[in-house]
Amino acid sequence: MTSRRRLLAGGAAAGLGVAAGAAVVAATGRDDTPVTVAAAATVDTGTATVDFHGPRQAGVAEDPPAHAAFVAFTLAGGVDRRALARMMRLLTDDARRLTAGAPALGDTDATLAVLPARLTVTFGFGPGLYRAAGQKSPVTDLPTFTIDRLERRWSGGDLLLQICADDPLTVAHTQRMLIKDARPFGAVRWVQQGFRRSPGVQAPEHTQRNVMGQLDGTANPRGPEIDPAVWNADGSTQLVVRRVRAEIEKWDILAVSDKENAVGRRLESGAPLSGTQEHDEPDFAQLDDSGLPAMPDFSHVTRARVTDPTLKILRRPYNYDGAPNAAGQPDAGLIFAAYQRDIARQFVPIQQRLAEKDLLNEWITPIGSAVFAVPPGCADDGWIGEQVLA
Amino acid sequence: MRNVRTWAAVVLAGALTTLGLAGCGGTDAAGSGTPTPAPSAAATVTVKDPWVKAGPAGEMTAAFGTLVNGTDADITITSAESPDSPLELHEMTMKDGKMVMQPKEGGFVIKAKGTHELSPGGDHLMLMKPAKAIEPGDELTFTLKLADGATVPFTAIAKPFAGAEESYAPSDMGSMAP
Repeated sequence: MTSRRRLLAGGAAAGLGVAAGAAVVAATGRDDTPVTVAAAATVDTGTATVDFHGPRQAGVAEDPPAHAAFVAFTLAGGVDRRALARMMRLLTDDARRLTAGAPALGDTDATLAVLPARLTVTFGFGPGLYRAAGQKSPVTDLPTFTIDRLERRWSGGDLLLQICADDPLTVAHTQRMLIKDARPFGAVRWVQQGFRRSPGVQAPEHTQRNVMGQLDGTANPRGPEIDPAVWNADGSTQLVVRRVRAEIEKWDILAVSDKENAVGRRLESGAPLSGTQEHDEPDFAQLDDSGLPAMPDFSHVTRARVTDPTLKILRRPYNYDGAPNAAGQPDAGLIFAAYQRDIARQFVPIQQRLAEKDLLNEWITPIGSAVFAVPPGCADDGWIGEQVLA
Repeated sequence: MRNVRTWAAVVLAGALTTLGLAGCGGTDAAGSGTPTPAPSAAATVTVKDPWVKAGPAGEMTAAFGTLVNGTDADITITSAESPDSPLELHEMTMKDGKMVMQPKEGGFVIKAKGTHELSPGGDHLMLMKPAKAIEPGDELTFTLKLADGATVPFTAIAKPFAGAEESYAPSDMGSMAP
Protein backbone atom coordinates (compact mmCIF):
# COMPACT_ATOMS: atom_id res chain seq x y z
CA MET A 1 0.00 0.00 0.00
CA THR A 2 2.75 2.41 0.90
CA SER A 3 4.30 2.19 -2.52
CA ARG A 4 0.96 2.62 -4.24
CA ARG A 5 0.16 5.67 -2.13
CA ARG A 6 3.49 7.14 -3.08
CA LEU A 7 2.62 6.64 -6.71
CA LEU A 8 -0.67 8.42 -6.30
CA ALA A 9 0.78 11.27 -4.31
CA GLY A 10 3.92 11.74 -6.37
CA GLY A 11 4.42 12.42 -10.01
CA ALA A 12 3.77 15.50 -12.06
CA ALA A 13 0.02 15.23 -12.25
CA ALA A 14 -2.51 13.27 -10.25
CA GLY A 15 -3.85 11.85 -13.50
CA LEU A 16 -0.46 10.45 -14.40
CA GLY A 17 -0.12 8.85 -10.97
CA VAL A 18 -3.54 7.25 -11.18
CA ALA A 19 -2.86 5.92 -14.64
CA ALA A 20 0.49 4.47 -13.67
CA GLY A 21 -0.90 2.98 -10.46
CA ALA A 22 -3.77 1.38 -12.27
CA ALA A 23 -1.47 -0.08 -14.88
CA VAL A 24 0.77 -1.62 -12.26
CA VAL A 25 -2.11 -3.10 -10.32
CA ALA A 26 -3.57 -4.54 -13.50
CA ALA A 27 -0.26 -6.06 -14.46
CA THR A 28 0.53 -7.64 -11.11
CA GLY A 29 -2.94 -8.26 -9.74
CA ARG A 30 -1.64 -6.99 -6.38
CA ASP A 31 -0.89 -3.59 -5.00
CA ASP A 32 1.94 -4.37 -2.57
CA THR A 33 4.60 -5.98 -4.71
CA PRO A 34 8.09 -4.56 -5.26
CA VAL A 35 7.11 -3.86 -8.86
CA THR A 36 5.03 -0.90 -7.72
CA VAL A 37 8.11 0.56 -6.04
CA ALA A 38 9.99 0.36 -9.30
CA ALA A 39 7.08 1.99 -11.11
CA ALA A 40 7.02 4.85 -8.61
CA ALA A 41 10.73 5.44 -9.10
CA THR A 42 10.20 5.66 -12.84
CA VAL A 43 7.59 8.37 -12.48
CA ASP A 44 9.90 10.35 -10.19
CA THR A 45 12.72 10.13 -12.72
CA GLY A 46 10.80 12.19 -15.24
CA THR A 47 9.78 14.99 -12.93
CA ALA A 48 13.05 15.36 -11.02
CA THR A 49 14.76 18.72 -11.45
CA VAL A 50 18.19 20.20 -10.79
CA ASP A 51 18.12 23.89 -9.85
CA PHE A 52 19.54 25.99 -12.66
CA HIS A 53 20.34 29.01 -10.50
CA GLY A 54 23.19 29.50 -8.06
CA PRO A 55 26.71 30.85 -7.77
CA ARG A 56 27.98 27.85 -9.77
CA GLN A 57 26.52 26.33 -12.90
CA ALA A 58 24.67 23.05 -12.59
CA GLY A 59 25.77 20.01 -14.56
CA VAL A 60 29.23 19.75 -13.06
CA ALA A 61 29.28 18.37 -9.53
CA GLU A 62 25.96 16.50 -9.61
CA ASP A 63 25.84 12.78 -10.29
CA PRO A 64 25.73 12.71 -14.12
CA PRO A 65 22.36 11.90 -15.70
CA ALA A 66 22.17 9.06 -18.20
CA HIS A 67 22.17 11.04 -21.44
CA ALA A 68 24.15 13.98 -22.72
CA ALA A 69 24.62 16.12 -25.79
CA PHE A 70 27.69 18.30 -26.10
CA VAL A 71 26.96 20.98 -28.71
CA ALA A 72 29.74 23.30 -29.87
CA PHE A 73 29.26 26.41 -31.99
CA THR A 74 31.49 28.57 -34.17
CA LEU A 75 30.53 32.21 -33.74
CA ALA A 76 29.55 34.11 -36.87
CA GLY A 77 31.76 36.96 -38.03
CA GLY A 78 30.83 40.30 -36.49
CA VAL A 79 29.39 38.78 -33.32
CA ASP A 80 30.75 41.14 -30.68
CA ARG A 81 30.39 41.52 -26.97
CA ARG A 82 26.94 43.12 -27.20
CA ALA A 83 25.67 40.38 -29.48
CA LEU A 84 27.14 37.74 -27.17
CA ALA A 85 25.26 39.31 -24.27
CA ARG A 86 22.03 39.09 -26.24
CA MET A 87 22.77 35.47 -27.10
CA MET A 88 23.46 34.51 -23.51
CA ARG A 89 20.36 36.30 -22.18
CA LEU A 90 18.31 34.31 -24.65
CA LEU A 91 19.97 30.95 -24.00
CA THR A 92 19.88 31.49 -20.24
CA ASP A 93 16.15 32.16 -20.44
CA ASP A 94 15.63 28.92 -22.37
CA ALA A 95 17.78 26.93 -19.97
CA ARG A 96 16.12 28.22 -16.81
CA ARG A 97 12.65 27.36 -18.14
CA LEU A 98 13.48 23.97 -19.62
CA THR A 99 15.44 22.78 -16.57
CA ALA A 100 12.36 23.61 -14.45
CA GLY A 101 10.15 21.51 -16.72
CA ALA A 102 8.53 24.51 -18.43
CA PRO A 103 8.48 25.18 -22.17
CA ALA A 104 10.88 27.77 -23.56
CA LEU A 105 9.33 30.98 -24.84
CA GLY A 106 7.98 30.30 -28.32
CA ASP A 107 8.46 26.57 -27.74
CA THR A 108 6.80 24.90 -30.72
CA ASP A 109 6.81 21.53 -28.96
CA ALA A 110 5.81 22.56 -25.45
CA THR A 111 4.62 19.06 -24.56
CA LEU A 112 8.20 17.80 -24.75
CA ALA A 113 9.30 20.17 -21.98
CA VAL A 114 7.23 18.83 -19.10
CA LEU A 115 9.51 15.97 -18.03
CA PRO A 116 12.90 17.54 -17.29
CA ALA A 117 14.37 14.30 -15.86
CA ARG A 118 17.18 16.11 -13.98
CA LEU A 119 17.92 18.26 -17.03
CA THR A 120 20.95 20.53 -16.78
CA VAL A 121 22.31 22.97 -19.34
CA THR A 122 25.90 24.02 -18.73
CA PHE A 123 27.53 26.76 -20.79
CA GLY A 124 31.22 26.83 -21.72
CA PHE A 125 33.11 29.63 -23.46
CA GLY A 126 35.99 28.73 -25.79
CA PRO A 127 39.02 30.94 -26.49
CA GLY A 128 37.30 32.30 -29.62
CA LEU A 129 34.37 33.68 -27.63
CA TYR A 130 36.71 35.72 -25.47
CA ARG A 131 38.46 36.99 -28.61
CA ALA A 132 35.10 38.06 -30.04
CA ALA A 133 34.31 39.81 -26.77
CA GLY A 134 37.68 41.55 -26.68
CA GLN A 135 38.63 39.79 -23.47
CA LYS A 136 41.51 37.65 -22.29
CA SER A 137 40.56 33.97 -22.33
CA PRO A 138 41.10 31.95 -19.13
CA VAL A 139 41.66 28.86 -21.31
CA THR A 140 44.01 28.16 -24.20
CA ASP A 141 44.02 25.29 -26.69
CA LEU A 142 45.80 22.19 -25.45
CA PRO A 143 49.36 21.46 -26.56
CA THR A 144 49.70 18.76 -29.21
CA PHE A 145 50.08 15.29 -27.73
CA THR A 146 51.90 12.59 -29.65
CA ILE A 147 48.96 10.21 -29.40
CA ASP A 148 46.47 12.71 -30.87
CA ARG A 149 44.83 12.00 -34.21
CA LEU A 150 42.50 14.97 -33.96
CA GLU A 151 39.78 15.58 -36.53
CA ARG A 152 38.48 19.07 -37.15
CA ARG A 153 34.89 17.85 -37.01
CA TRP A 154 35.29 16.97 -33.32
CA SER A 155 37.60 19.77 -32.22
CA GLY A 156 37.51 23.36 -31.03
CA GLY A 157 34.49 25.55 -30.49
CA ASP A 158 33.62 29.06 -29.33
CA LEU A 159 30.53 28.16 -27.33
CA LEU A 160 29.64 24.86 -25.72
CA LEU A 161 26.30 23.62 -24.43
CA GLN A 162 26.49 20.56 -22.22
CA ILE A 163 22.93 19.22 -22.05
CA CYS A 164 22.34 16.33 -19.63
CA ALA A 165 19.16 14.53 -18.55
CA ASP A 166 17.98 11.10 -17.55
CA ASP A 167 15.88 10.93 -20.72
CA PRO A 168 17.07 11.16 -24.34
CA LEU A 169 13.88 12.83 -25.61
CA THR A 170 14.33 15.61 -23.07
CA VAL A 171 17.91 16.06 -24.26
CA ALA A 172 16.78 16.10 -27.89
CA HIS A 173 14.10 18.73 -27.29
CA THR A 174 16.44 20.92 -25.26
CA GLN A 175 19.16 20.62 -27.89
CA ARG A 176 16.69 21.60 -30.62
CA MET A 177 15.37 24.62 -28.71
CA LEU A 178 18.82 25.93 -27.78
CA ILE A 179 20.22 25.47 -31.28
CA LYS A 180 17.28 27.43 -32.72
CA ASP A 181 18.06 30.34 -30.43
CA ALA A 182 21.85 30.14 -30.81
CA ARG A 183 22.08 29.92 -34.58
CA PRO A 184 21.53 33.62 -35.32
CA PHE A 185 24.91 34.02 -33.61
CA GLY A 186 26.86 31.12 -35.04
CA ALA A 187 26.97 27.73 -36.71
CA VAL A 188 26.84 24.31 -35.14
CA ARG A 189 30.43 23.10 -35.17
CA TRP A 190 29.96 19.64 -33.72
CA VAL A 191 27.54 17.63 -31.64
CA GLN A 192 28.58 14.68 -29.50
CA GLN A 193 25.84 12.59 -27.96
CA GLY A 194 26.59 10.11 -25.23
CA PHE A 195 25.11 7.89 -22.59
CA ARG A 196 25.73 6.25 -19.28
CA ARG A 197 23.72 3.63 -17.39
CA SER A 198 20.03 4.48 -17.19
CA PRO A 199 18.55 5.73 -13.92
CA GLY A 200 17.55 2.93 -11.57
CA VAL A 201 19.88 0.43 -13.19
CA GLN A 202 22.60 0.96 -10.61
CA ALA A 203 22.84 2.84 -7.34
CA PRO A 204 23.47 6.59 -7.71
CA GLU A 205 27.13 7.61 -7.64
CA HIS A 206 28.27 4.30 -9.09
CA THR A 207 31.42 4.49 -11.15
CA GLN A 208 30.71 4.73 -14.86
CA ARG A 209 31.63 1.71 -16.99
CA ASN A 210 32.88 2.56 -20.48
CA VAL A 211 32.39 0.66 -23.75
CA MET A 212 35.68 -1.17 -23.14
CA GLY A 213 34.22 -2.57 -19.93
CA GLN A 214 36.45 -0.54 -17.63
CA LEU A 215 35.23 1.28 -14.57
CA ASP A 216 35.98 4.90 -15.39
CA GLY A 217 36.22 7.58 -12.72
CA THR A 218 37.14 5.57 -9.61
CA ALA A 219 39.77 8.15 -8.60
CA ASN A 220 37.36 11.08 -9.05
CA PRO A 221 37.17 13.60 -6.22
CA ARG A 222 33.97 13.04 -4.27
CA GLY A 223 31.96 15.13 -1.80
CA PRO A 224 34.18 17.68 -0.09
CA GLU A 225 37.11 16.75 -2.37
CA ILE A 226 35.35 18.34 -5.34
CA ASP A 227 35.63 21.98 -4.25
CA PRO A 228 39.43 22.32 -4.12
CA ALA A 229 39.81 20.47 -7.43
CA VAL A 230 36.99 21.96 -9.47
CA TRP A 231 35.70 25.34 -8.34
CA ASN A 232 37.41 28.69 -8.45
CA ALA A 233 36.50 31.34 -5.88
CA ASP A 234 34.28 33.19 -8.37
CA GLY A 235 32.23 30.05 -9.11
CA SER A 236 33.91 29.33 -12.43
CA THR A 237 35.55 26.12 -13.57
CA GLN A 238 37.15 24.78 -16.75
CA LEU A 239 36.16 21.92 -19.03
CA VAL A 240 38.12 19.68 -21.36
CA VAL A 241 36.08 17.68 -23.88
CA ARG A 242 37.96 15.00 -25.82
CA ARG A 243 36.55 12.38 -28.13
CA VAL A 244 38.46 9.18 -27.57
CA ARG A 245 37.84 6.38 -30.03
CA ALA A 246 38.04 2.89 -28.58
CA GLU A 247 39.89 0.44 -30.82
CA ILE A 248 37.51 -2.29 -29.74
CA GLU A 249 38.42 -4.84 -32.40
CA LYS A 250 42.01 -4.79 -31.11
CA TRP A 251 40.87 -4.69 -27.49
CA ASP A 252 38.74 -7.80 -28.11
CA ILE A 253 41.87 -9.80 -28.91
CA LEU A 254 43.38 -9.29 -25.46
CA ALA A 255 43.03 -11.73 -22.60
CA VAL A 256 41.41 -10.30 -19.49
CA SER A 257 44.75 -10.27 -17.64
CA ASP A 258 46.35 -8.24 -20.44
CA LYS A 259 43.48 -5.76 -20.34
CA GLU A 260 43.87 -5.48 -16.58
CA ASN A 261 47.62 -4.86 -16.88
CA ALA A 262 47.01 -2.06 -19.37
CA VAL A 263 44.57 -0.35 -17.05
CA GLY A 264 46.08 -1.31 -13.68
CA ARG A 265 42.69 -2.40 -12.34
CA ARG A 266 40.60 -5.55 -12.26
CA LEU A 267 37.95 -5.25 -14.96
CA GLU A 268 35.11 -6.68 -12.89
CA SER A 269 35.64 -4.98 -9.54
CA GLY A 270 37.71 -1.99 -10.57
CA ALA A 271 40.12 -2.80 -7.73
CA PRO A 272 43.73 -1.77 -8.31
CA LEU A 273 45.95 -4.77 -9.11
CA SER A 274 47.54 -4.21 -5.69
CA GLY A 275 44.18 -4.44 -3.87
CA THR A 276 40.80 -6.13 -3.67
CA GLN A 277 38.17 -3.35 -3.61
CA GLU A 278 37.43 -0.61 -6.16
CA HIS A 279 38.33 2.17 -3.77
CA ASP A 280 41.47 0.60 -2.31
CA GLU A 281 44.41 2.99 -2.69
CA PRO A 282 46.81 1.62 -5.30
CA ASP A 283 50.05 0.43 -3.67
CA PHE A 284 52.82 1.15 -6.15
CA ALA A 285 55.46 -0.48 -3.92
CA GLN A 286 53.73 -3.82 -3.78
CA LEU A 287 55.39 -6.62 -5.77
CA ASP A 288 53.59 -9.53 -7.35
CA ASP A 289 54.62 -13.22 -7.20
CA SER A 290 57.23 -12.73 -9.88
CA GLY A 291 58.84 -9.83 -8.02
CA LEU A 292 57.52 -7.17 -10.41
CA PRO A 293 55.40 -4.20 -9.28
CA ALA A 294 51.76 -5.26 -8.87
CA MET A 295 50.85 -1.94 -10.46
CA PRO A 296 52.83 -1.91 -13.74
CA ASP A 297 54.55 1.41 -14.30
CA PHE A 298 53.09 1.55 -17.83
CA SER A 299 49.50 1.09 -16.63
CA HIS A 300 46.90 3.80 -17.10
CA VAL A 301 46.25 4.15 -13.36
CA THR A 302 49.95 4.46 -12.56
CA ARG A 303 50.53 7.12 -15.21
CA ALA A 304 47.40 9.13 -14.41
CA ARG A 305 47.96 9.05 -10.65
CA VAL A 306 47.50 12.37 -8.81
CA THR A 307 47.77 12.68 -5.05
CA ASP A 308 47.57 16.46 -4.52
CA PRO A 309 43.83 17.08 -4.02
CA THR A 310 44.08 20.47 -5.79
CA LEU A 311 45.52 18.78 -8.91
CA LYS A 312 42.82 16.15 -9.36
CA ILE A 313 40.29 16.45 -12.15
CA LEU A 314 36.58 15.59 -12.05
CA ARG A 315 35.86 13.22 -14.90
CA ARG A 316 32.26 13.27 -16.15
CA PRO A 317 32.49 11.06 -19.22
CA TYR A 318 29.78 9.70 -21.50
CA ASN A 319 30.03 6.72 -23.83
CA TYR A 320 29.30 7.04 -27.51
CA ASP A 321 28.33 4.24 -29.86
CA GLY A 322 27.63 5.18 -33.46
CA ALA A 323 26.54 2.88 -36.24
CA PRO A 324 29.02 0.12 -37.08
CA ASN A 325 30.47 0.03 -40.60
CA ALA A 326 29.63 -2.61 -43.21
CA ALA A 327 32.26 -4.93 -41.78
CA GLY A 328 30.60 -4.70 -38.39
CA GLN A 329 33.38 -2.67 -36.82
CA PRO A 330 32.05 -0.37 -34.13
CA ASP A 331 32.29 3.40 -34.01
CA ALA A 332 32.45 3.62 -30.25
CA GLY A 333 34.41 5.30 -27.54
CA LEU A 334 34.31 7.90 -24.85
CA ILE A 335 33.29 11.53 -24.72
CA PHE A 336 35.89 12.38 -22.13
CA ALA A 337 34.63 15.42 -20.21
CA ALA A 338 36.66 16.62 -17.24
CA TYR A 339 36.21 19.62 -14.98
CA GLN A 340 38.97 21.35 -13.04
CA ARG A 341 39.93 24.79 -11.78
CA ASP A 342 42.80 25.19 -14.21
CA ILE A 343 43.31 23.02 -17.31
CA ALA A 344 46.96 24.01 -17.75
CA ARG A 345 47.81 23.10 -14.17
CA GLN A 346 45.64 20.00 -13.78
CA PHE A 347 44.69 18.25 -17.02
CA VAL A 348 47.72 18.99 -19.16
CA PRO A 349 50.38 17.34 -16.92
CA ILE A 350 48.23 14.22 -16.55
CA GLN A 351 47.64 13.97 -20.30
CA GLN A 352 51.35 14.57 -20.91
CA ARG A 353 52.26 11.62 -18.70
CA LEU A 354 49.65 9.43 -20.40
CA ALA A 355 50.81 10.43 -23.88
CA GLU A 356 54.43 9.63 -22.99
CA LYS A 357 53.76 6.18 -21.59
CA ASP A 358 50.41 4.54 -21.04
CA LEU A 359 49.93 1.03 -22.37
CA LEU A 360 46.24 1.78 -22.86
CA ASN A 361 47.21 4.13 -25.71
CA GLU A 362 47.42 1.01 -27.88
CA TRP A 363 43.65 0.69 -27.72
CA ILE A 364 42.40 4.28 -27.54
CA THR A 365 42.82 7.20 -29.96
CA PRO A 366 41.96 10.84 -29.19
CA ILE A 367 40.13 12.14 -32.29
CA GLY A 368 38.60 15.33 -30.88
CA SER A 369 39.66 17.98 -28.41
CA ALA A 370 38.25 21.25 -27.09
CA VAL A 371 38.65 23.47 -24.03
CA PHE A 372 36.11 25.77 -22.43
CA ALA A 373 35.96 28.16 -19.54
CA VAL A 374 32.76 27.55 -17.58
CA PRO A 375 31.63 30.89 -16.18
CA PRO A 376 29.90 31.20 -12.79
CA GLY A 377 26.21 30.47 -12.39
CA CYS A 378 23.59 33.18 -12.16
CA ALA A 379 20.74 34.37 -9.96
CA ASP A 380 17.03 34.16 -10.87
CA ASP A 381 17.19 37.51 -12.66
CA GLY A 382 20.70 37.12 -14.08
CA TRP A 383 22.23 35.37 -17.05
CA ILE A 384 25.21 33.14 -17.62
CA GLY A 385 28.25 35.11 -18.71
CA GLU A 386 27.09 38.44 -17.30
CA GLN A 387 30.41 38.87 -15.46
CA VAL A 388 32.26 38.66 -18.78
CA LEU A 389 29.84 40.18 -21.27
CA ALA A 390 27.62 42.72 -19.47
CA MET B 1 1.74 61.04 -35.31
CA ARG B 2 -0.24 58.19 -33.91
CA ASN B 3 2.54 57.44 -31.50
CA VAL B 4 2.68 60.97 -30.15
CA ARG B 5 -1.07 61.18 -29.80
CA THR B 6 -1.41 58.00 -27.81
CA TRP B 7 1.51 58.79 -25.57
CA ALA B 8 -0.17 62.11 -24.79
CA ALA B 9 -3.31 60.20 -23.90
CA VAL B 10 -1.36 58.05 -21.48
CA VAL B 11 0.09 61.10 -19.78
CA LEU B 12 -3.37 62.68 -19.55
CA ALA B 13 -4.66 59.51 -17.97
CA GLY B 14 -2.34 60.24 -15.09
CA ALA B 15 0.50 57.83 -15.78
CA LEU B 16 3.86 58.49 -14.23
CA THR B 17 5.95 61.21 -15.79
CA THR B 18 8.79 58.77 -16.47
CA LEU B 19 6.46 56.80 -18.69
CA GLY B 20 5.85 59.83 -20.85
CA LEU B 21 9.57 60.56 -21.02
CA ALA B 22 10.33 57.03 -22.10
CA GLY B 23 7.84 57.45 -24.89
CA CYS B 24 9.33 60.76 -25.97
CA GLY B 25 12.71 59.11 -26.04
CA GLY B 26 11.53 57.54 -29.23
CA THR B 27 12.83 54.36 -30.69
CA ASP B 28 15.90 53.44 -28.66
CA ALA B 29 16.07 49.71 -28.21
CA ALA B 30 14.95 48.55 -24.84
CA GLY B 31 17.62 47.20 -22.57
CA SER B 32 20.00 49.97 -23.56
CA GLY B 33 19.12 52.10 -20.60
CA THR B 34 15.52 53.04 -21.27
CA PRO B 35 13.89 53.03 -17.84
CA THR B 36 11.12 50.49 -17.46
CA PRO B 37 7.98 52.45 -16.72
CA ALA B 38 6.31 51.65 -13.41
CA PRO B 39 2.75 50.35 -13.49
CA SER B 40 0.06 52.86 -12.75
CA ALA B 41 -1.73 52.51 -9.45
CA ALA B 42 -4.79 50.91 -11.00
CA ALA B 43 -2.90 48.20 -12.92
CA THR B 44 -4.57 44.88 -12.40
CA VAL B 45 -3.20 42.79 -15.24
CA THR B 46 0.12 41.00 -15.39
CA VAL B 47 1.89 39.67 -18.45
CA LYS B 48 3.40 36.22 -18.14
CA ASP B 49 6.14 34.85 -20.43
CA PRO B 50 6.23 37.74 -22.91
CA TRP B 51 8.37 37.50 -26.04
CA VAL B 52 8.72 39.13 -29.43
CA LYS B 53 9.54 37.60 -32.77
CA ALA B 54 12.87 39.09 -33.91
CA GLY B 55 12.97 40.65 -37.36
CA PRO B 56 14.40 43.37 -39.60
CA ALA B 57 13.69 47.07 -39.32
CA GLY B 58 10.45 48.22 -40.92
CA GLU B 59 8.92 44.75 -41.17
CA MET B 60 5.84 43.81 -39.21
CA THR B 61 6.34 41.41 -36.35
CA ALA B 62 4.46 40.45 -33.21
CA ALA B 63 4.65 40.15 -29.44
CA PHE B 64 3.17 37.23 -27.50
CA GLY B 65 2.55 36.15 -23.92
CA THR B 66 -0.20 35.39 -21.44
CA LEU B 67 -2.34 38.21 -20.04
CA VAL B 68 -3.43 37.37 -16.50
CA ASN B 69 -6.38 39.07 -14.81
CA GLY B 70 -6.13 38.74 -11.04
CA THR B 71 -9.36 40.59 -10.32
CA ASP B 72 -13.00 39.62 -10.00
CA ALA B 73 -14.07 41.72 -12.99
CA ASP B 74 -13.50 41.44 -16.72
CA ILE B 75 -10.73 43.74 -18.00
CA THR B 76 -10.36 45.12 -21.50
CA ILE B 77 -7.02 45.97 -23.08
CA THR B 78 -7.77 48.80 -25.48
CA SER B 79 -4.34 49.54 -26.90
CA ALA B 80 -0.63 48.96 -26.50
CA GLU B 81 2.49 51.11 -26.92
CA SER B 82 6.18 50.52 -27.41
CA PRO B 83 9.02 52.96 -28.02
CA ASP B 84 10.23 50.55 -30.71
CA SER B 85 7.21 50.46 -33.02
CA PRO B 86 3.62 51.56 -33.53
CA LEU B 87 1.40 48.76 -32.23
CA GLU B 88 -2.01 47.31 -32.99
CA LEU B 89 -4.08 44.68 -31.21
CA HIS B 90 -4.70 41.90 -33.71
CA GLU B 91 -6.73 38.74 -33.93
CA MET B 92 -6.68 35.89 -36.43
CA THR B 93 -10.00 35.13 -38.02
CA MET B 94 -11.43 32.92 -40.77
CA LYS B 95 -12.41 34.87 -43.87
CA ASP B 96 -13.40 33.21 -47.15
CA GLY B 97 -11.91 29.95 -45.95
CA LYS B 98 -8.57 31.50 -45.02
CA MET B 99 -7.07 32.64 -41.74
CA VAL B 100 -6.36 36.37 -41.86
CA MET B 101 -5.37 38.83 -39.21
CA GLN B 102 -7.26 41.99 -38.47
CA PRO B 103 -7.43 44.62 -35.73
CA LYS B 104 -9.35 43.31 -32.72
CA GLU B 105 -12.60 45.25 -32.41
CA GLY B 106 -13.08 46.41 -28.84
CA GLY B 107 -9.66 45.19 -27.73
CA PHE B 108 -8.69 42.04 -25.80
CA VAL B 109 -11.12 41.11 -23.03
CA ILE B 110 -9.60 39.15 -20.15
CA LYS B 111 -12.27 37.41 -18.12
CA ALA B 112 -12.38 37.85 -14.33
CA LYS B 113 -9.66 35.69 -12.71
CA GLY B 114 -8.90 34.50 -16.20
CA THR B 115 -6.06 34.52 -18.72
CA HIS B 116 -5.87 35.58 -22.34
CA GLU B 117 -3.29 33.95 -24.58
CA LEU B 118 -1.36 35.96 -27.16
CA SER B 119 0.29 33.39 -29.42
CA PRO B 120 1.47 32.77 -32.98
CA GLY B 121 -1.64 32.00 -35.00
CA GLY B 122 -3.88 33.68 -32.42
CA ASP B 123 -4.37 37.09 -30.87
CA HIS B 124 -1.16 39.10 -30.74
CA LEU B 125 0.33 42.56 -30.37
CA MET B 126 1.33 43.62 -33.86
CA LEU B 127 4.47 45.70 -34.23
CA MET B 128 3.47 47.58 -37.38
CA LYS B 129 6.81 49.13 -38.29
CA PRO B 130 9.79 48.59 -35.99
CA ALA B 131 12.10 51.60 -36.22
CA LYS B 132 15.13 49.34 -36.25
CA ALA B 133 15.95 45.68 -36.42
CA ILE B 134 14.77 43.64 -33.46
CA GLU B 135 17.71 41.35 -32.80
CA PRO B 136 17.46 38.01 -30.97
CA GLY B 137 18.03 38.66 -27.27
CA ASP B 138 16.94 42.31 -27.41
CA GLU B 139 14.68 43.35 -24.58
CA LEU B 140 11.76 45.56 -25.63
CA THR B 141 9.45 47.53 -23.39
CA PHE B 142 5.69 47.64 -23.91
CA THR B 143 2.79 49.32 -22.18
CA LEU B 144 -0.73 47.96 -22.26
CA LYS B 145 -3.55 50.46 -21.86
CA LEU B 146 -6.70 49.33 -20.10
CA ALA B 147 -10.24 50.57 -20.68
CA ASP B 148 -10.22 52.42 -17.36
CA GLY B 149 -7.08 54.32 -18.34
CA ALA B 150 -4.69 52.23 -16.24
CA THR B 151 -1.42 51.10 -17.83
CA VAL B 152 0.57 47.88 -17.56
CA PRO B 153 4.24 48.00 -18.56
CA PHE B 154 6.21 44.87 -19.37
CA THR B 155 9.49 43.83 -20.96
CA ALA B 156 9.73 41.10 -23.61
CA ILE B 157 12.79 39.32 -24.98
CA ALA B 158 13.19 38.91 -28.74
CA LYS B 159 13.53 35.40 -30.14
CA PRO B 160 14.24 33.99 -33.58
CA PHE B 161 11.04 32.25 -34.63
CA ALA B 162 10.18 30.58 -37.91
CA GLY B 163 6.40 30.49 -37.39
CA ALA B 164 3.96 33.39 -37.10
CA GLU B 165 4.59 34.23 -40.74
CA GLU B 166 1.18 35.90 -40.84
CA SER B 167 2.85 38.73 -38.96
CA TYR B 168 5.43 39.23 -41.64
CA ALA B 169 3.66 39.34 -44.98
CA PRO B 170 0.73 41.69 -44.99
CA SER B 171 0.31 41.09 -48.72
CA ASP B 172 0.06 37.38 -48.10
CA MET B 173 -1.91 37.38 -44.90
CA GLY B 174 -4.20 34.67 -46.15
CA SER B 175 -1.79 31.85 -45.48
CA MET B 176 -1.46 30.19 -42.12
CA ALA B 177 0.81 27.59 -43.61
CA PRO B 178 4.22 27.43 -41.92
